[in-house]
Amino acid sequence: MPDTPILEVDQLTLRFGGLTALDNVSFDIKEGEILGLIGPNGAGKTTCFNAITGVYKPTSGTIRFNGESLAGKKRFEITQAGIARTFQNIRLFPTMTALENVLVGADAQHTTGMFSALFRLPKHRREEAAGHDRAMELLRFMGLAKQADELAANLSYGDQRRLEIARAMATQPKLICLDEPAAGFNPQEKRILMDLIRKVRDRGFTVLLIEHDMRLVMGVTDRIVVLEFGKKIAEGAPAEIRDNPAVIAAYLGVEEEDAS
Amino acid sequence: MSKLKLSLSKLPKPVKIAMWVLLAILAYALPLLEPPFITTPGVDFGGVLFVVTMYMLVALGLNIVVGYAGLLDLGYVGFYAVGAYTAAILTSFHANWPLLFALPIAVLASTISGVLLGAPTLRVRGDYLAIVTLGFGEIIRLVAVNTEWLGERKGISNVARPPSVGGTEGLFEIPHLYWGDGTVLIDTQDTTKFLVFGVLDQIPYYWLGLTVVIIMLFADYLIKNSRVGRAWEATREDEDAAELMGVPTFRFKLLAFATGAFIGGLAGALYASRQNFINPDSFLLLFSILFLAAVVVGGQGNRWGVLVGATLVAYLPQRFREFDDFRVLVFGLALVALAILRPEGLFPPRRTVRAKQLEQELEELEVGTDGEEKAHA
Ligand SMILES: Nc1ncnc2c1ncn2[C@@H]1O[C@H](COP(=O)(O)OP(=O)(O)O)[C@@H](O)[C@H]1O
Ligand SMILES: [Mg+2]
Repeated sequence: MPDTPILEVDQLTLRFGGLTALDNVSFDIKEGEILGLIGPNGAGKTTCFNAITGVYKPTSGTIRFNGESLAGKKRFEITQAGIARTFQNIRLFPTMTALENVLVGADAQHTTGMFSALFRLPKHRREEAAGHDRAMELLRFMGLAKQADELAANLSYGDQRRLEIARAMATQPKLICLDEPAAGFNPQEKRILMDLIRKVRDRGFTVLLIEHDMRLVMGVTDRIVVLEFGKKIAEGAPAEIRDNPAVIAAYLGVEEEDAS
Repeated sequence: MSKLKLSLSKLPKPVKIAMWVLLAILAYALPLLEPPFITTPGVDFGGVLFVVTMYMLVALGLNIVVGYAGLLDLGYVGFYAVGAYTAAILTSFHANWPLLFALPIAVLASTISGVLLGAPTLRVRGDYLAIVTLGFGEIIRLVAVNTEWLGERKGISNVARPPSVGGTEGLFEIPHLYWGDGTVLIDTQDTTKFLVFGVLDQIPYYWLGLTVVIIMLFADYLIKNSRVGRAWEATREDEDAAELMGVPTFRFKLLAFATGAFIGGLAGALYASRQNFINPDSFLLLFSILFLAAVVVGGQGNRWGVLVGATLVAYLPQRFREFDDFRVLVFGLALVALAILRPEGLFPPRRTVRAKQLEQELEELEVGTDGEEKAHA
């Protein structure tokens, strides 16, 4: 079971006019693993997320989730089918409370409509109670329980990033895609977040992680896929990636030079 | 204001319920009390109050579309007209239905028109909707002007009234108050028959309108605090993010649109019944603008705010009729002043105020992180 691919990206190509943002990219994600997707700025990582979650239609190639092609699926259908994501630039619902933000996520698996809400039918009550419990549990998990009734806009930057993860988890996905969740964090905060991501995986989620900070990715991921200019240039265990000359040339070299 | 709200919310539940009941009784009794300064000299007070409740109803409906779902509708009067005309032709022009049978059909017709208008346009984003709805409102009116079957310019008269309770004399008579110089008397000459929907006394219509408004307030509360209300708000705040969190945004926008059309049609049909007569001039573009003004002035997204907005827009011009020539000018100036002083409306949802305040701080924070990111790259 742990080795069956949950997501298969097969020869994915995506062009914006003349720009090829993704060029024949293929990789798999196995159930229960944390896969790192790394590469320099503009390599096509976010575009890859957007293709998976249905924001962009692939120019060619297929993406299969649980063996089923995602082609032609609407964005909310993909989410309901079990792929959730966060955003590189935080996109919470600012006028809603932290709890309500997570409830919107939880509602992805609910079907209450106007009629059941209007007459407070048992289904509405059941879903509302279940959603509320799940949302509060996730807020606690993310260390946000105290801020539950705070407006998302009022939360600190770090709390907003964590809230996005809680909201994505609330949709009860099998695969959760995190787009630079530690962007803007200091090293200490980053380490805490990476521990949290490991815990997310331990709860049974499969994680696809985009991260800028190489060393962090090394510590937390099971496997890594490296993109450069839309092409996959390497794939393997963190140790292999670290020693891969192409990766060092494309990415690590620059990073280490700057960091030291 | 916020302190008052806080201390009110701390009161025990029975006290709160008692206060609401008292407020409701006061609202029902208002036209009988005829309080000085509030009554409208020269215009029938009950009639003005009825119109206020119709504006309230319309504002609640339009608030769902504009305030909750964030869809700019500039032709809301179109739904009002569909409701009014359906009620009119079913009860007078082409058939002789009692109003109570015609009402559901009128509401159904306006809801369907909402779905038909929304289905193709709500997929497209933003300004397009404003233009299409604007056109819709005008087209409905022009169709009425040019269709013999709808009475053309002459309009339709003898629209059915609601059934009276207790025959033409009613069950009992309720006296009004008379305010003399420093004295208040019960005026047994001036009474309202309970419950007769006649030509002269408009108070029973006001009671009907108020009852519908109260029911809609409850419904609004129940819907807002559910998956539906959350989906609307999420869609309004960030449509793409909502969609990616599993919200079928198109469906929910259409639902908001249809609900708004439902309420607009209901208001239109009630209005036609009270007026007993409608013609295309009852559905000018001006009314779409006034309806929208009621929502925006009060504070879109806040159900109590839009009720205040509706009251101001419908009541003030009637109260100050003596300044007839200046009415529009004063109204316009008041709107401009409001736009400058309180751009979120008189009573914006509390959360909007707080969110706006913190938006700036957030922006500063994001600028800060950009710098940090660069340092890492
Ligand atoms: N919507 C778009 N239209 C045009 N070009 C885009 C669009 N989105 C991304 N790109 C381009 O695609 C390339 C990859 O971008 P992106 O996936 O955001 O990179 P990364 O997330 O790896 O930093 C960049 O050159 C970017 O400018
Ligand atoms: Mg990116």
